[in-house]
Amino acid sequence: MSEEKSDLIDVQIDGEWHKFPKGTRMIEACKEAGVEVPHYCYHPKLTSPGNCRMCLVEMGMPPRPRPGDDPAEPDEDGHLPIGWMPRPVIACANTIAPNMGIRTTGPLTEECRRGVMEFLLANHPLDCPICDQAGECSLQEFSVEHGKGESRFREQKVKKPKNVDIGPRIRLDDERCIMCSRCIRFTDEIADDPVLGFTDRGSHTTLAVHPGHELANNYSLNTVDICPVGALTSNDFRFQMRVWFMKEVNTIDPNCGTGCNIVVHSRQDEIYRITPRENNDVNSAWIPDSHRLNYHWINSELRLTDPLIKDGKSHRQTSWEDAIELSASKLSGLKGSEIAIVASARMTNEELFMVRRLATHLDAGYVDIVPRMEKSDGYLISADRNPNTTGAKLILGLEDPGSKLGKIKDAIIKDEVKALLVLQENLIDDADFAAEDFSSLEFLLTSYPMANPTAEAADVVLPGACWAEKSGTMLNVTGRLQRLNQAIDGPGQTMQSWEIIRDLIQNTGGGNGIYSTQDLFNLLTSEIPDFVGVTWDQIGDLGMQLVDTGETIPLLEKERQRIAKGLIVG
Amino acid sequence: MSIAIPADLEKEIDKRITHYPVSKRSAVLPVLHALQHHFGFIDEDAVEWTAAKLELEPIKVLEVVTFYPGFRQSAPGKYHIRVCRTLSCAMAGSYELMESICEKADIDRSGVTHHDPIAVSKDGKFSIEFAECLASCGTGPVCLVQDDFHEAVKDVDGLLAQYK
Repeated sequence: MSEEKSDLIDVQIDGEWHKFPKGTRMIEACKEAGVEVPHYCYHPKLTSPGNCRMCLVEMGMPPRPRPGDDPAEPDEDGHLPIGWMPRPVIACANTIAPNMGIRTTGPLTEECRRGVMEFLLANHPLDCPICDQAGECSLQEFSVEHGKGESRFREQKVKKPKNVDIGPRIRLDDERCIMCSRCIRFTDEIADDPVLGFTDRGSHTTLAVHPGHELANNYSLNTVDICPVGALTSNDFRFQMRVWFMKEVNTIDPNCGTGCNIVVHSRQDEIYRITPRENNDVNSAWIPDSHRLNYHWINSELRLTDPLIKDGKSHRQTSWEDAIELSASKLSGLKGSEIAIVASARMTNEELFMVRRLATHLDAGYVDIVPRMEKSDGYLISADRNPNTTGAKLILGLEDPGSKLGKIKDAIIKDEVKALLVLQENLIDDADFAAEDFSSLEFLLTSYPMANPTAEAADVVLPGACWAEKSGTMLNVTGRLQRLNQAIDGPGQTMQSWEIIRDLIQNTGGGNGIYSTQDLFNLLTSEIPDFVGVTWDQIGDLGMQLVDTGETIPLLEKERQRIAKGLIVG
Repeated sequence: MSIAIPADLEKEIDKRITHYPVSKRSAVLPVLHALQHHFGFIDEDAVEWTAAKLELEPIKVLEVVTFYPGFRQSAPGKYHIRVCRTLSCAMAGSYELMESICEKADIDRSGVTHHDPIAVSKDGKFSIEFAECLASCGTGPVCLVQDDFHEAVKDVDGLLAQYK
């Protein structure tokens, strides 16, 4: 902890003394001390209404001496004896005080938790076997830990709306809702789209959208993540897969320059869902729906699975050896100035480093990337829809990404460029190119995950791995270096770009000696000035600020203001 | 939205809103009271109108309307009756009183639910609902007709006859 010593307060938690900064919430102090306090409504990124009562703990302070009595003597460590309060307090909305005592175990707390669980379960349906939340449900977990194991409730459960269509991506089961109000606070405070509310407050409290309105904002699916039970479910994921069957991989989102931290949930090389992963320097705890759901193409029929070479008007399957050999022989006959390379800012730093090597090795006349500048949404979506433009600028030495694409096109038409290598891009759909522009080329090579019009025109088509199928690092718009981790294996014979480029270099007479992305990372961090000295461990799961581009992430700025006002813990 | 708010009502509402300078949201209750007083109930259009007036999402107004049993979401009869059903009145015969009024005023309560507690007579003259304690536990069963308080009600015909 970096705070001044004077700002630290002594607090006793379950008999042990700890020091925490002034203003820390009791629940956060317990968390830091490694003691779990069960809770439903509390979320550090949202205001604390203190309505679920699950986080009740025993609290005590040094008793005030009676008039005329001497104050109690501190012990040898300077701590005063604690007088325990007869009633519990909620740990989520109360802050610590000097010499405070907190007890999270013992008969009072246990009785409170049992009682709260009994109330929550009184009207909760026992449909865990068909509930998507099963396996990651706080109600299930705390019921096992703190509940009674059987119900005393013999009355009729309250009937509420089920299978309610509250928005294009979300379905609501009101009987499962435990009224924690996290989703309401999220839509009010984070998404600025306050369409959710409780109607019929009382024994029939019902989460609802207003008739004729819907929860449709581009951050709506985050409510599904923060729902502690199975009340809000994602239309995309519900009934697709049991959560305990899936493999979880921590990685980053490639849909824009923010690089939201995510978890990819997959089974047998198929992605079933993507959830945000908390990183207070990147995406807080959220991710836009449009990014989260942009993964179905990865398992689609349109994936390229084998290397193809042009045979007359169509393509035929071939082996990697043949495809690379053919490409190498075509390139060997050309001067460097007759070769242009269009790489991608969707590549990792390691792959861009290989592009740089290839360009140097071939002495290529042009190297550029395809820019994707749009408008920021004012929350998490960056104006730059490429995930690694910052890396491409640093590694390929590009001042103004995309500025050479026009010149490449002119040079092809003037016959100055005879071979074009399009790596992980599709120039016809994503840049200002048409199929005719390639007609005068002697050789066109593309690598890409999906079938696409540029590949249609190419002499050699290579199946490239997509973001979920490779590892490496990327630099986000702010200049933060983050790890991309492989979640699944690519279909068929797909290869990662660095392997493709390594083989091209090798077959055109260049060296080898690179066998893994780790080797590449070591080369990158010894050759590229901004990366020198960085170690893999240093980046860790949350990344590290490598350079400072001066860019900021709007949602984080708003969150910092809320933290400064004391509205949220953050 | 198709609700016609008379100019003097809107003027009154605007005045009430000025009483809450910190947050317009705080004016929800006074505005709803004014609307119910004028129209007799608060329908969907009135909720939307209130929300627009106070710059809120309609759900934030609906939350309030559905919380207070005092706000009606459907039209009552010409005379609205509230029968107390809290313990003392229940023991003194409020359920029998309810049945008797319904029979004599030709009110069918079979469609009443938690969300729609009001039943209206076929001729639209009377509407009825159960209410919680009306604060006269010693003289049950009691009921309110409009704003008139009736204690120890036994003569239902006589009660209804007072309202033409």
